[in-house]
Amino acid sequence: MAIQSATSEEGAIGTATDSRGRLVTSDGTPLRRALERANRRRKLTALALVAPLLAFILIFFAFPIAQMMWRSVDNPQIVNALPRTLVALEDWDGQGVPDEPVFAALHADMMEDLDRPRREQAIGPLGIRLNYELSAARSAISRTARSVPNFEEPYRDAFTDAHRLWGQPELWQIIKREGRPLTLSYYVAALDREYDADGNIVKRPENRQIYVSLFGRTLALSVAITFMTFILGFPIAYYLSTLPMRYANLLMIAVLLPFWTSLLVRTSAWIVLLQQQGVINNALVGMGFIGDDGRFSLIYNQTGTIIAMTHILLPFMVLPLYSVMRTIPPSYMRAAKSLGARPWTAFRRVYFPQTLPGIGAGGVLVFIISIGYYITPALVGGQSGRMISNEIARHIQQSLNWGLAAALGTMLLVGVLVLYWLYNRLVGADSLKLG
Amino acid sequence: MSSKLKLIGLSSAVSVLALSAAAQDPVSLTIVSWGGAYTASQQRAYHEPFMEANPHVTIINDDGSANALASLRAQAQAGNVTWDLVDMLPSDAQLACDEGIILQIDHDAMLAAAPDGTPASEDFLPGSLGECFIPQIVYSTVLTYRPGAFPDDAQPSSIADLFDVENFPGRRALQDRPGTNLEWALYADGVDPEDIYEVLSTPEGVDRAFAKLDTIKDHIIFWTEGAQAPQLLADGEVAFATGYNGRMFDAIEVEGMDADIIWDGQVVEWDGWVVPADGPNEELVMEYLYFATDTQRLADQAKFISYGPARASSAGLVGEHADLGIDMAPHMPTAPENYFAPIVLDNDFWVDYGDELRERFANWMLQ
Repeated sequence: MAIQSATSEEGAIGTATDSRGRLVTSDGTPLRRALERANRRRKLTALALVAPLLAFILIFFAFPIAQMMWRSVDNPQIVNALPRTLVALEDWDGQGVPDEPVFAALHADMMEDLDRPRREQAIGPLGIRLNYELSAARSAISRTARSVPNFEEPYRDAFTDAHRLWGQPELWQIIKREGRPLTLSYYVAALDREYDADGNIVKRPENRQIYVSLFGRTLALSVAITFMTFILGFPIAYYLSTLPMRYANLLMIAVLLPFWTSLLVRTSAWIVLLQQQGVINNALVGMGFIGDDGRFSLIYNQTGTIIAMTHILLPFMVLPLYSVMRTIPPSYMRAAKSLGARPWTAFRRVYFPQTLPGIGAGGVLVFIISIGYYITPALVGGQSGRMISNEIARHIQQSLNWGLAAALGTMLLVGVLVLYWLYNRLVGADSLKLG
Repeated sequence: MSSKLKLIGLSSAVSVLALSAAAQDPVSLTIVSWGGAYTASQQRAYHEPFMEANPHVTIINDDGSANALASLRAQAQAGNVTWDLVDMLPSDAQLACDEGIILQIDHDAMLAAAPDGTPASEDFLPGSLGECFIPQIVYSTVLTYRPGAFPDDAQPSSIADLFDVENFPGRRALQDRPGTNLEWALYADGVDPEDIYEVLSTPEGVDRAFAKLDTIKDHIIFWTEGAQAPQLLADGEVAFATGYNGRMFDAIEVEGMDADIIWDGQVVEWDGWVVPADGPNEELVMEYLYFATDTQRLADQAKFISYGPARASSAGLVGEHADLGIDMAPHMPTAPENYFAPIVLDNDFWVDYGDELRERFANWMLQ
């Protein structure tokens, strides 16, 4: 009885109204406004908590990625260096070598460029850019630029005498085609294609195709590595989940150990183990399983890449699996068995389906990490165990063709997003369980 | 009396300190190089004497040369150049020079003349100076083999033997880039060293080189990092390995690895300095360069590593290894007994045709 009266009293406070019949709180503010204020405060707090990370991600993640994607189409070099030439080329039909007015414009463009301070000269980048499309175009530009001040009319003869490429329609077709601020040519190259003389996109000669097959191989290797980590990780995660906590933790440390060793140390250890004169081969020969000339090639090929990367990425599979398995009550299996299921059926129909979120999470993690791996493949992969990231790194660091690197990187990024989208459609991302 | 003297002494010391502090604030120079034994040789031959002569200068070594091109471009684009001086290969220097991110060099105005007065532009070895590039050393990529892999009476001695798997079986460790490999393929196929780049700039020449490489393809292990080549030899993984002559010298003479260098067809290249444009201490860097590239200093570096000095006038001053006491002259790529069939790397060729050939080479490796 006393309790009832208390609740009715509270109810009376909660439903207090002001003079106009609106709901108000105990201090008289309209309830709606009070709620809004509280809501706003909560949102601000949330924003303040998230803001540092958000800013960090925007500055160091989203912005560089956007910049990278921009680089894959950005094409300022020719427009900057040859404005007059491009105007003069508008009337050219793309056949044969252009006429004197184009060469006169080229001369004027180069002369103006030579007057600029070194840092602002556009001729150097122009040569580098053109060389991506046509070998030796760089030296055509740089050698000509040196003698341009001494050129006399007719300029067409002067240029074609200075370097043979000026007399080849191919160079002019490239200048005309790429004389735009944006280009698709990096993507064309990244897909092992090129423009023919008529401007159509065609396949490259077979002996220069690399990227498409490299993408395919990267995908295949990543799938293989994901599968290997699953095969090796599932039993150990299961065993860990059945152990008492303190033993499980101890064994978990053993699983995590590779995490705590330097990547290069681990990789070197694999080299010592796997090479033809290495520990494994020596042991096999010593025990008489294989002859001295029948040593296995376990490293500097795809096998090496798969073995080393499976080892490195194993924890990424074991951790999500373990955390999911830990939450599956052992009583389910007992219940299944007591209802007449054989152990295998109980495992297959009761236990295994419950581990799927862990398998999904581990699989996605391992797959996405391995698709972008590059140090390990570079060290143990030989020629057949390389991945697309090795090519991207080479273009960033050595050939300095950042446009092509950006195009390859963007394609890789889009590929991963598409795969993730597919995964989401087929399995559902909300079923991922990382812990 | 003595206290007065002390006072005078003290005050003069203070004023000297104040003066020198006003004239020479402490500065640090960031010098980028390849790390390892190479940076160590520069430290001892150039940095330490320079710092001794200029006590206010501290030189900081950065082992960033392997990725120097990308970093230089990134620094220039960000408008925040933090490197003072960079050690790089001439082909990379040419690219950076074309981009305008390193300074052009007026060699005679900026560099010391030889002791006999020969201007720098004539003293440096022919073809070594670049528009933006000051060479320090001559190095070469050489073929090295493990004597134990072959019978005593049939040891390999030429590049042709590298391509002869019948008489010289065993795996070969080659660098995973077209440079050197294509040159050697043509050389082994009978092309004269002088004509190699002419042949290689034709499609037929490229096909010919790859056809020759095909004959040993199944016996190749590709290496990426310079340290891998001597490692593969030392572990007995391969019978032949290509490598930089300095690293091979180190492995053989210092580490005691059982291997021999074949100087036939050595691919000779320069390595040297470039100055980033808009660097923080340009004036001081020029002072350093004048000092560190003179005849004596270049000869000094050869005491610590088996790379040849890039000045003709330094050759006669090359002495013994500073720690081992070995006479260094016979280990120089440029020693007459080693320089009998050199292939001089053509950087212009590789800047022009490198992209195309690397694609072709990568495709060939994938097949």
